Amino acid sequence: MMSTADEPIVRLRHPGRWVAAAVIVFLLVVFIHFVATAPKLRLDLVVGYLFEKSIMLGLVKTLQLTVIAMLVGAVLGTILAVMRLSENPVLRSVAGGYVWLFRGTPILVQLLFWFFLGTVVPQLSIGLPFGGPDLISWPTNTVITQFTAAILGLGLNEAAYMAEIVRAGIGSVDSGQREAAEALSMSPWITYRRVILPQAARLIVPPTANQTISMLKLTSLVLVIGLPELTTTAQLIYGRNFQQIPLLIVASLWYLVLTTILTVIQNRLENRMSRGVRR
Amino acid sequence: MMVEAINVRKSFGAVEVLKGIDLTVDAGEVVSLLGPSGSGKSTFLRCINHLERIDGGEISVNGELVGYRRQNGRKYELRPRETAAARRHVGMVFQRFNLFPHRTAVENVMEAPLFVKRETRAAAKQQALDLLDRVGLADKAAAYPAQLSGGQQQRVAIARALAMRPTLMLFDEPTSALDPELVGEVLEVMKGLAAEGMTMIVVTHEIGFAREVCHRVVFMDAGVVVEAGPPQQVLTNPSHARTRTFLQKVL
Ligand SMILES: Nc1ncnc2c1ncn2[C@@H]1O[C@H](COP(=O)(O)OP(=O)(O)O)[C@@H](O)[C@H]1O
Ligand SMILES: [Mg+2]
Repeated sequence: MMSTADEPIVRLRHPGRWVAAAVIVFLLVVFIHFVATAPKLRLDLVVGYLFEKSIMLGLVKTLQLTVIAMLVGAVLGTILAVMRLSENPVLRSVAGGYVWLFRGTPILVQLLFWFFLGTVVPQLSIGLPFGGPDLISWPTNTVITQFTAAILGLGLNEAAYMAEIVRAGIGSVDSGQREAAEALSMSPWITYRRVILPQAARLIVPPTANQTISMLKLTSLVLVIGLPELTTTAQLIYGRNFQQIPLLIVASLWYLVLTTILTVIQNRLENRMSRGVRR
Repeated sequence: MMVEAINVRKSFGAVEVLKGIDLTVDAGEVVSLLGPSGSGKSTFLRCINHLERIDGGEISVNGELVGYRRQNGRKYELRPRETAAARRHVGMVFQRFNLFPHRTAVENVMEAPLFVKRETRAAAKQQALDLLDRVGLADKAAAYPAQLSGGQQQRVAIARALAMRPTLMLFDEPTSALDPELVGEVLEVMKGLAAEGMTMIVVTHEIGFAREVCHRVVFMDAGVVVEAGPPQQVLTNPSHARTRTFLQKVL
């Protein structure tokens, strides 16, 4: 005899999901077909320019700008974060004021500011303050080139954001950790380096990776001061041949490649950082 | 004399938490600090290690002033680095262990010898393994704190403090955060230390430990030492009403 308990189970079906998926796939196919067959799009140019020499040089400049600006931002940001957490009220408010100023003004304005500094301060000098004699001096325009202006603009701005990220990371470390380190007679510097910062790093790394990825694309802003990085180079080329879309696709493909590499590195780092955390 | 505290005062804002504490501890002595919650036991222990600045009086460990340098009839506060150097001979164990979570048990124990005493990695590691063996955790050397029970973590913390070869050990309620069945293993390690002649000041609510192991019991309440003496006297026959009330609650 067959009991009702042996009757087969019928799962709930979701026909709506299948319809939606089919529609999306259909639209994608239509779009790809449209793009691939558009006569004026010139995908052949995309392939042709992908490894073109000036594009490659632009790519290298973009990488240089990203790495140097992030280094400046990370080092200065860490110093600012430690200043903000110090017991000294002067250090605290100087760091607070820095963050206020550099987060509160557009980065485009900051880039232009450094670039045009030479127009109001023609000479940079080391000497005695308040009108004392100069010991050494240089024309501003030889010190602040396009590249230094770009690094100053991007790096000093980044420092303000990194300061907040590092501060939040340090603040998240349990106060018992500092106490334990102190009780083991570690100096303040060893305490930071061996106990506080490694633990703060777990919270600092993910947002820093995000910042690096956005810095990669933020470097395209140096267009305004004419530094030939990736986007500027693409723009220079389409200024001559009027093939805007293919060249913008070339630039975008490179940004996507770099972002993908950075994302892989980010995942690796986050895995390493989770040492000792209960899973 | 290992520890000499004279008229120690400490305030947090307007609240005076220590109101003139006097205490001396001889080398090899094991003293337990008893008292209700909020009576200032932790604060006093932290002052001995200069984790807190005192506002009056003075404390010396091994004949050296804690946190200050005496000169021309004044006491000059030490720099953080000097304070750190002066703490080398004092080990401390916390209620909540405070192990470094990003380092394994053996790395926790090696850390201070490596980076404070600048010992070689091989020597620091050998010593750390010996110490872990001594607290019964030789097989847990490679475990991270999160993989250890509370009792095991506290034993690693004791090994970590011993790695600096302290002559004085301070314990702040070392078993209060533990499940009852884990208290015994930590007390065993502490008994072993006492038997070897380590000078110890132990804040605890374990009356059994105080009675069995300690040479002297000090009862504190509201920032003052109410009474002090051998365990059988203070614990079985206290002379103050406040001590009696407290003991009735914890026994
Ligand atoms: N960092 C601090 N800031 C302000 N008040 C504190 C601080 N540490 C302790 N106290 C206060 O000091 C008193 C004594 O605390 P504590 O020494 O921890 O007592 P016990 O260890 O005996 O329980 C309590 O009233 C506590 O609230
Ligand atoms: Mg306490």
